[in-house]
Amino acid sequence: MAPHFIACDAGTTDAGPFSLGMGTPAFPREAVKRDLLLMLLAGRKANIPVIVGSAGTAGGDVHVDWALEITREIVAEHGLTLRTAVIYAEQDKAYLKRLLHENRILPLDPAPPISESIIDGSSRIVGMMGVEPLQQAISDGADFVLAGRCSDSALFAAIPLMQGFPAGLAWHAGKVSECGTLVCETLGRGVIFTTISHDAVTIRPYGAGLRCTPQSVAAHSLYENANPYLHRECSGTFDLTKATFEAIDDVTVRIRGSEFISETYTVKLEGAELAGYQSIIVGGIRDPYIIRQLHSWLDSVRSYIDESVARVLGNKADKSLYSLAFHTYGINAVMGSLEPDPKHLPHEVGIVLEATAPTQDMAHKLTQLSRQPLLHYPIQEWTGSITAFACLHNPAVIDRGPVYRFNLNHVAVPSTPFEMFRTHFIDLDGSKRS
Amino acid sequence: MILADIANLIRSKNAGPFTLTFDIMFADLASYRRVKNSGALNPSAFAKLYRCPVEKVRFFECENALAFKFSIPRPLTQGELGDGDMHGGQQFIPLMNVEIP
Repeated sequence: MAPHFIACDAGTTDAGPFSLGMGTPAFPREAVKRDLLLMLLAGRKANIPVIVGSAGTAGGDVHVDWALEITREIVAEHGLTLRTAVIYAEQDKAYLKRLLHENRILPLDPAPPISESIIDGSSRIVGMMGVEPLQQAISDGADFVLAGRCSDSALFAAIPLMQGFPAGLAWHAGKVSECGTLVCETLGRGVIFTTISHDAVTIRPYGAGLRCTPQSVAAHSLYENANPYLHRECSGTFDLTKATFEAIDDVTVRIRGSEFISETYTVKLEGAELAGYQSIIVGGIRDPYIIRQLHSWLDSVRSYIDESVARVLGNKADKSLYSLAFHTYGINAVMGSLEPDPKHLPHEVGIVLEATAPTQDMAHKLTQLSRQPLLHYPIQEWTGSITAFACLHNPAVIDRGPVYRFNLNHVAVPSTPFEMFRTHFIDLDGSKRS
Repeated sequence: MILADIANLIRSKNAGPFTLTFDIMFADLASYRRVKNSGALNPSAFAKLYRCPVEKVRFFECENALAFKFSIPRPLTQGELGDGDMHGGQQFIPLMNVEIP
């Protein structure tokens, strides 16, 4: 059986807000080029469309343009001709503010507050597109659809839905395909081949040692989802409550019974804003006298740092402008307030001092001023000068650059599925190499 | 017996930047049913372990996946200043020691 399309989800918020805020991808260019090359060559060979969504990790315009540049390179190097539809998903702030005024931006749970100034203060806001812009691009003859931020499942559901397959099955097929071999019993290298008919979806992996089992496919709908049964997409919710999973052979699973409920058309928004600039110092403490009073000792160190900062930097580094965080590895750094065993003391503690300030210069100086108190702040148990902190580096201060925070967990209610997205067709032709 | 001795995987992960989700998975139906019938996994027990209001705890029993799932709002949004676990992957530890009678 020949495939009808190849699709790939290229993005995630999993790594954090930096990609979206800064406009940079989270993966090496070489890795993206290799994967894209494999897909484009296979797509051209079989004469079927290739769909890539959430390009460049965060799916902003700059991310899409980065992936387009890689595409141009591949086309030129391999002499391909490629009718490319580029779909941008970044959102105009004036448009979003109009929607906000019209009560057409709604909070999800939990949602941070939203206002005009939060929209204006965002570094970048993207909308997560549904199947409709992808389907339009395919109808208009695209060989390659390069989309900005997009629902993962929509990339795989778009063409089956166009061809009239049942919505519940089409969306469920998308959901089980979008993470590749993560749907298998154990993760490995390979590719997922999904077949849809009018009453079932079958899913089988190709790759050494890979198998799908009814449990592995059922369990995949749990992964990274708050609700394992109900999955909200732009046009509605697909409901897996009645889905059944059965083994056809040792590696293949058949799915039936997935349903889809149409609802008000909404587009999920993702936004990031600058939180400040960071510098850090990394080191450790081994002295048991300090470890047994670590938090009160660090409180004293912090007060000393605040005083030095006020003395040296004066008004321009007011305490309300910066934050100092001590990540104490060995004591509650990983779980924080959720730690079930907060009183347990290790023999050694790793410390990351993290300073966040409105400028890199200020963050750097705060961290420089923190080194001496960390090194030498006294304890009662020892008389005379101590050196308490085993500093890992020289120079001790590492500048981390800008850091961002996610600032939206909302949906927009557009008047059509298309108005938030912009499609450009580009006929790439690498056959005319000089 | 504790949950970690019966489950074949206990994991935590972000479900988007604002939600933490926890999966407790089993190798066979007997283990799944044993834990289900014990009643030890429920929203109020989870709320106590994770110090959050019980009405914020979502709980699912997924027999076809041989799994239980809990979801709660993240104590700190992913990547917020002070967040020490960007992917939320190391927050499942309190579940390991839940007693299964």
